[in-house]
Amino acid sequence: MKDTVNNILLSGVGGQGILTASNLICEVLLHEGFDVKKNEIHGMSQRGGSVTSHIRYGEKVFSPVIPHGEADYLVGFELLEGYRYIDTLREKGQFIYNNYSIVPGSMLLGRESIYPDNLEEKISASGYKYYSLPAEEMARELGNTRVVNTILVGFLARFLNINKDVWLEAIERIVKKKYANLNLKAFETGYSYDPE
Amino acid sequence: MGILLSGNEAIARGAFEAGVEAAFAYPGTPSTEILETIAREYDEIYAEWTSNEKVALETAIGSSLYGKRTIVSMKHVGLNVAADPLFSLSYMGVNGGIVIVSADEPSMFSSQNEQDNRWYGLFAKIPVLEPSDSEEARIFTIEAFDISERFDTPVLLRITTRIAHSKSVVNPGTRKMPEGFSGYEKNFHKNVLMPMNARVRHRIVEERMSRLEEYSNNFRYNVLIEGKGRKVITSGIDYQYTREVFPEASILKLSMTNPLPRRKIDEFIGNRESNEKILVIESLDPFIEMQIKSWGYTTVEGKERTGKLYELSVSRLREIFLADKDEHLNEEASAVENLPPRPPVLCSGCPHRGVYYELRKKKAIVHGDIGCYTLGALPPLSAMDTCVDMGASVSMANGMNAMIKRNGEEKRPVFATIGDSTFVHSGITPLIDAVTNRIPTHVIILDNRVTAMTGHQVNPVTGISIKGEDAPQLDLEKLCRAVGVKTVEVIDPFSLDEIESAVERHKKLDEASVIIARAPCALIPLAEKKAPYRIETDKCTMCKICLKTGCPSISIVDGKMVIDEETCTGCSICFQVCKFEAILQVEGAGI
Repeated sequence: MKDTVNNILLSGVGGQGILTASNLICEVLLHEGFDVKKNEIHGMSQRGGSVTSHIRYGEKVFSPVIPHGEADYLVGFELLEGYRYIDTLREKGQFIYNNYSIVPGSMLLGRESIYPDNLEEKISASGYKYYSLPAEEMARELGNTRVVNTILVGFLARFLNINKDVWLEAIERIVKKKYANLNLKAFETGYSYDPE
Repeated sequence: MGILLSGNEAIARGAFEAGVEAAFAYPGTPSTEILETIAREYDEIYAEWTSNEKVALETAIGSSLYGKRTIVSMKHVGLNVAADPLFSLSYMGVNGGIVIVSADEPSMFSSQNEQDNRWYGLFAKIPVLEPSDSEEARIFTIEAFDISERFDTPVLLRITTRIAHSKSVVNPGTRKMPEGFSGYEKNFHKNVLMPMNARVRHRIVEERMSRLEEYSNNFRYNVLIEGKGRKVITSGIDYQYTREVFPEASILKLSMTNPLPRRKIDEFIGNRESNEKILVIESLDPFIEMQIKSWGYTTVEGKERTGKLYELSVSRLREIFLADKDEHLNEEASAVENLPPRPPVLCSGCPHRGVYYELRKKKAIVHGDIGCYTLGALPPLSAMDTCVDMGASVSMANGMNAMIKRNGEEKRPVFATIGDSTFVHSGITPLIDAVTNRIPTHVIILDNRVTAMTGHQVNPVTGISIKGEDAPQLDLEKLCRAVGVKTVEVIDPFSLDEIESAVERHKKLDEASVIIARAPCALIPLAEKKAPYRIETDKCTMCKICLKTGCPSISIVDGKMVIDEETCTGCSICFQVCKFEAILQVEGAGI
């Protein structure tokens, strides 16, 4: 079967603005005339837990959940949470991640550091094309770490073959007026970031 | 171009378009956004968070009797609470249509079981519709009201998490009011379910189900997708997975799964003598499969392949049915399996933390309940012993205490911990029982002023209406005293000393008592954010006692204990547990 559905998986930690980012991406895709589906899990898992958002688009989409090994893009809002889903990528899938760690609580009391320190080596050994962004620092330079999400969307947008103006218009449409300018800047920052 | 709506938002939209005038619900994942959307977007509909699901459905009967279309929504286990009125409402029927949305949770992302509520349709003898995306959720809501009034029955609109919380394209229509509003008319034979009337009504219900089966045979959304491959019968979200996994299959998509369209299914299966396998793909129980098999079909299969556990998915179906043909599915175990998990935790500044910290220190037996505070059962707090259903903390404590009182031998104190919303939902009645039967149950109401876990819905203690206006505020102290509890104390849950002394006092009491640990949820505007705390590395002995509070702001970085000042709310629990004065409030920090 010819696979015409495109898949984007966003993953991170509750509170990082993943749902807002996926709303923005879907708004743009819908505007471009695609059939779009997206899925998230709400509720208990959101309390500081691992959060994902699945986005699928194409001529006709059936399942709202990305099947294993079929993601075209994986956007990790946090290093560990990005790497956790690396197997969801298809062979030629690309991994974009915020090079930033949030240590998962104090669940494993007694161990010194439970946060794996070799994730970047593992990512580079995975064989997937990957891009590391210092999105947290980029956001801090813009004056607000809450725009990490828009910076990452900006970078992702470079790959999606959609006119940049469509993205900017969508930001103006769905972001609160007060934060529109900041988010437009954040998008530009991500869009023009050179990872090399 | 349509718009993207979640299944829940689409149901709200459908209710609006169907001319619904009343909506009642109790919050519960994954159903909550239905009433939230109605309250936020559609002023034409009267919306109310009721105290529990039983109250929601009974209130709906009232508005329906008055002739108004009414929608009721709840999570799957909520329908257990509303089951009492449900079964009798089936006999009584409706005046204005009643649609009950049951949001089931295969895989239990935020639930205590994964019951398949389609059985309620069969059990209570009411029709069941199952949408497979948001547009169907909208359309089926409208259809359900039509069916409800045409057949004089409540209708169950059964969705699952992936329908409720997935967004897909919807083409909204306009609001159309049903014709022939008649107001309330007295009808003794129909509305007074005493035995003489109920006997007659049962006969009418069975006749109704026969007529509904014929309707189901002709229901235009019970649809055949012609194909060349294998024959599959499916419904709901599993239909989407089936289309993706078996693009060539001949699919009978069932949208009305009770009563099943038997004639349509007979025609789809065709020749009874044939050995051709018919596959039924449905998550959870073999609801469709069992019924079809009961009609004598031996070639129907499903559950022996798919199992009854958890939700199905494209990946799972491929694994089950196509794995041997598709190499990449047979890969070795994933490389990412040994990563540390990131389970949900009580937030930084959560007022529940200190209470569980102290209860654990006292080695108390703690009966727990449903809410964020269920997380108090997880390490490092590990303070809660049980969690069953709404209100059960108080009842279970009663049962255990009654036995301890008779037999006398238990050193550990017994406490029940229950949230404010859960207490109103189902905690008051067992508290009355504790008083009446002289059972020394000590209840701690974790009163954070809001229904937090499901996303901060207002409840009777909040003092704010669903529309954001001032509302009367339930006085929990007076309520507890009014049912006969003599010792009712309000304490500050950010003071470990206050918690400890209250727990000490109450555990010695030989009668029911209540501690109200009151502070607003850290995530609502009402919560006070103070200057953050910092760990003085030279004083810190790395004893890690602060980690035992389970605060997500505290971690170890480069071998040193660190508080993240951006997320720290200044609640001071870590400061209070530190024995070395190594934790200090950051002076002059701008908040």
